[in-house]
Amino acid sequence: MARITSGVATSHVPAIGAAVDLGKTADPYWAPLFAGYDWTKEWIKAEKPDVVILVFNDHASAFDMNLIPTFAIACGENYKSADEGWGPRPVPDVKGHPDLAWHIAQSCILEEFDMTIVNQMDVDHGLTVPLTLMFGQPENWPCKVIPLAVNVVTYPAPTGNRCYALGEAIARAVDSFEEDLNVQIWGTGGMSHQLQGPRAGLINQDFDIAYLDDLVQDPERLRKMDHIEYLREAGSEGIELVMWLIMRGALGENVKELHRHYHVPGSNTAVGHLVLRPE
Amino acid sequence: MTKDLHSYLAEFEDIPGTRVFTAQRARQGFWLNQFCMSLMKPENRVRFKADEAAYLADWPMSDEQRQSILDRDYNRALELGGNIYFLGKLFFTDEKSFVQGVSTMTGMSVEDYQAMMLAGGRSPDGVRSKKEQN
Repeated sequence: MARITSGVATSHVPAIGAAVDLGKTADPYWAPLFAGYDWTKEWIKAEKPDVVILVFNDHASAFDMNLIPTFAIACGENYKSADEGWGPRPVPDVKGHPDLAWHIAQSCILEEFDMTIVNQMDVDHGLTVPLTLMFGQPENWPCKVIPLAVNVVTYPAPTGNRCYALGEAIARAVDSFEEDLNVQIWGTGGMSHQLQGPRAGLINQDFDIAYLDDLVQDPERLRKMDHIEYLREAGSEGIELVMWLIMRGALGENVKELHRHYHVPGSNTAVGHLVLRPE
Repeated sequence: MTKDLHSYLAEFEDIPGTRVFTAQRARQGFWLNQFCMSLMKPENRVRFKADEAAYLADWPMSDEQRQSILDRDYNRALELGGNIYFLGKLFFTDEKSFVQGVSTMTGMSVEDYQAMMLAGGRSPDGVRSKKEQN
């Protein structure tokens, strides 16, 4: 039987990908940011996940203003790195897991989560930067990936509560998949950042630390948090944190924190990272 | 946590220095953002750089929207319905980073903006709410 063995949260700042691609990870600016992922890189080598359900948001790459799916699960075989305006990142193609992806899509729809199903898409930094952070620069990614794209660009984004409940439904779907698979779920984006307007550059360390704490200890508080609180406290792009709640919802009531990292700044953003094990 | 749409949207206007990408802005900025999207193709970037005004004339945008792009006035583009992830395609077309592009909206030099980020970023104190001034 398939099972979700752990959850990972991480920011997905595009400049992190550029720093790796351009060989700048040892620069004084970047070294402390990457150091916080050394533990995870070793851990994941031992964990050897077969499949990662990777929750991310598309940044006007696969979806333009023509299509705005709230929850889109990608059920294809293969995804290429998107050209976001400076050429595609030089990373391997992402291999999907169509059997499990379709199983999750169908199960969630029967549980009244009306998922959008995607067969072909390019994947942008929201998806490839987390892979780079966990796996470095391999010739091929060492696991299959099921991209799950969430709209956090055009309002209203889904509520935190809905994201959490979707995570719970995904966990039930994975549990009912017959093949023996080691599955991880990753929630990406965040933490506090604002990329627009005169208030750009906002970082709220107190909010972020409390968010990391309660993702472990008190997710009930976070699932009730209104969008306006994210926007006021964590900046307009801090709303990406609702995606972490999909990951958290999939892990069940109690989790153990295996690893944590927090660093400011990564470009315009507060970089946060957690590794969680369901208990 | 369920609330009516009107109060949900009204709260967004209370955040200083921020334009939340609501349906109203998404509608106003549809072609502005779709123009930005076209810059993901290298051949379009070449054509745009060769004659920006001519390239923009092909898109059914308002003159104000076109001017905001020609001026690289990103705050104005946001006011006219632009979204930052779409406008980011223009940063990259100009071979500028997100830090460089974003800093132009803050009234700070890129050096000062970067120094602020290295020092921990902009504090939320005083910029949470226009009404509460906190």
